[in-house]
Amino acid sequence: MNNIHDMGGFTQFGPIPQETDEPVFHSDWERKVFAMNIASLAFLGPVDRARHAVERMNTKEYINSSYYERWLRGIEIMGKDLGYLTDEEIATGKAIQHKEMPHPPPNAEMVEGLIRGGAPATREDGRLEPVFSVGDIVLVRNLESKGHTRATNYVKGKVGVIIKFNGSHLLPDTHAHDLGDNAQPLYTVRFEAKTLWGDNVDRKDCVYIDLWEDYLEAAE
Amino acid sequence: MSTHNHDTPNPYHDSHRDEAQNKALAERVDKIEALLLEKGLVAQDALDKLADIYENDLGPMNGAKVVARAWVDDEYKKRLLEDATSAIAELGFSGLQGEHMVAVENTPEVHNVVVCTLCSCYPWPVLGLPPSWYKSFAYRSKVVIEPREVLKEFGTTLPDDVEVRVWDSSAEIRYLVIPERPEGTENLSETELADIVNRDSMIGVTKVAAP
Repeated sequence: MNNIHDMGGFTQFGPIPQETDEPVFHSDWERKVFAMNIASLAFLGPVDRARHAVERMNTKEYINSSYYERWLRGIEIMGKDLGYLTDEEIATGKAIQHKEMPHPPPNAEMVEGLIRGGAPATREDGRLEPVFSVGDIVLVRNLESKGHTRATNYVKGKVGVIIKFNGSHLLPDTHAHDLGDNAQPLYTVRFEAKTLWGDNVDRKDCVYIDLWEDYLEAAE
Repeated sequence: MSTHNHDTPNPYHDSHRDEAQNKALAERVDKIEALLLEKGLVAQDALDKLADIYENDLGPMNGAKVVARAWVDDEYKKRLLEDATSAIAELGFSGLQGEHMVAVENTPEVHNVVVCTLCSCYPWPVLGLPPSWYKSFAYRSKVVIEPREVLKEFGTTLPDDVEVRVWDSSAEIRYLVIPERPEGTENLSETELADIVNRDSMIGVTKVAAP
């Protein structure tokens, strides 16, 4: 989806705000939003859906929201999409309708298990054999996406070189929308600054980014 | 480290909200939390556990132990560069947002720096939750196109012939930078070395200074 979250390459957001001795959370509401997000993944997830919920925010609202304000909007958006919450309930904090829950919420032990064990994105089924090899030159396809994708605009239509095959990872583009894992080869691709930002660039810099096989095609 | 940007009021400062805004947000969050608890989407003990772990257990002190080990043990460093997830797990660190780790090494020729332009993906088991600056629009947008200018904001100036590699965490792979070991630290123990490795150097915006 084209929105401001895909912001790689902008230069005028001003100085980077650095904070001395920054706490993990700046206020109790940030702490609560963080905890709610992770704890509710069992019903509102996967994480790809959560990322996409934030990406769908109104552009001006996104830009004027802090990080945990965006996470809070994400909970509201997913809660409504999945039928757990209504606008009226969100406004009042009072439950009106009760949806049958398929299982109890994860308890402390279960969330600790998730944090310590993680949720790997690799899969043993799906497309496992990579089409491309290390050293291959690839073009990032200029695919329109109205849903979730992790192909950034700044690499679309650009040519890079495969530097690593990372195994087969589930595809966020479908996983975020309940359209299946679609596990497929994930590559790390290197792009030169000149390729990304302009023919006149002489900086000896580069960007490495992880891209799924469906995002790529062979190039000369 | 540069200090001129520290705590400067900025409309895009992710953490800055005045008292009235924080009060309104707190009320809005309390309503959602009450709803999720009442409807059985979350459990209170799980919420408390999550806050406790990320405030107390996980943080850059974990990543610093990984770096210090790599500095003193060449075999470990080799394993770390080949399979970071397993090498980091040897020291007891693994889990959510660290399932697929890659370590990249800074050298006199190559300087690595990590970002997530699309959201703010970050290696939680080794660095904890990200600082506000990492989540800021200014950092997310600019480091891929003008990495040297961004590094200067952190007081890091690199010679022209150093190759700057920016790693954009667009998938579930999470990156840890192994900074260069500073000169004059030959006599420090592994524990003492871990004490001088800070968060920003493992994201790649600063170098580690000798104590």
